[in-house]
Amino acid sequence: MTVALSGKEIASQIEEKSPGSVEESSQDSLVVKSDSLLSVAAFLKDNETLKFDYLNYITAVDYFSYFEVVYQLTSLEHNHTVVIKTRCYSRENPAVPSVIGVWQGADFQEREIYDLMGIKFEGHPNMKRIFLWEGFPGHPLRKDYLQ
Amino acid sequence: MEVSGDREYIYSSIELDRYEGQVIEELKASSQEAIPDPDEWLEEELERNILLTTVDAIINWSRRSSLWTAMCFPACCAFELIAVEGPRFDLSRFGMEILRASPRQADLMITAGTLTWKMAPNVKRIYNQMPEPKWVIAMGACAISGGIFRSSYSVVPGYNKIIPVDVYVPGCPPRPEALIHGIRMLQRKIAKTPVVPDLPELPLKGKRR
Repeated sequence: MTVALSGKEIASQIEEKSPGSVEESSQDSLVVKSDSLLSVAAFLKDNETLKFDYLNYITAVDYFSYFEVVYQLTSLEHNHTVVIKTRCYSRENPAVPSVIGVWQGADFQEREIYDLMGIKFEGHPNMKRIFLWEGFPGHPLRKDYLQ
Repeated sequence: MEVSGDREYIYSSIELDRYEGQVIEELKASSQEAIPDPDEWLEEELERNILLTTVDAIINWSRRSSLWTAMCFPACCAFELIAVEGPRFDLSRFGMEILRASPRQADLMITAGTLTWKMAPNVKRIYNQMPEPKWVIAMGACAISGGIFRSSYSVVPGYNKIIPVDVYVPGCPPRPEALIHGIRMLQRKIAKTPVVPDLPELPLKGKRR
């Protein structure tokens, strides 16, 4: 059975490496500042004791006052998992750095989030709609989307 | 030969008997030679293999008896279609179990599943690539009206918005028996189609009846 690591524990390890990059943490997850997401992702993947080499999924949530992007990571070697999140507060032009350089599987899922939520992933090589078509008005999974 | 009238019977008059006898004698006299067979000039092989029918009947029979289905199954109704094709329900009893990967070899489209606007141009293209004459069966609630996804931003509310539909098979998904019934309804529909157009219709080129 895969062990779900404590978000607090991981957060303290990250804070040791790069202080000030964790916004908050709990038993289930931790929230990372979006401008330090890439360095945290690289740390989580490369650290010998953590080694999160597999990205289960990326998804996003609209909380009206901010968007939250959720990543679930798993280490196939150590058989443990963690959920990390990052937030963006702009509604007009929300953007998060793309983790495609760390986990290639992020490609289509980041495009899906851009398509349905309107969050741009900076550094993604092909940031365009995937399910809907060019010219579709708005992003339908946003809470304020009305047909 | 004159029938002599010297006896009386209780049931009929002599006159009547005489008349009946005359009719028989006349027929007998004129029926001494065998009537020649009007098809005598035909060879025996040919004679046994000729069947008279109409152009409409023969063409519609061949069209409806082997409908080849184009592969266009965007969603879950396809599994019921697979069941129909399989040994339990066995669509080949009706001569149309064959599925074609190329729409150019098909004349029936069974639209088994939800259609999104993203997919719609491709389905329309597959339909346009099918040679005439061609038919469409809308299978399931999604194909008929969009089903539970009707009010969604991304779903086509019914295939008849983009291609003409001949038969609607309701259900979510329809039972295999229902699809077979739909196909047999389509066969009956094809059987009624006039193949040879009336003369005034000829100038309307490319227009589908």
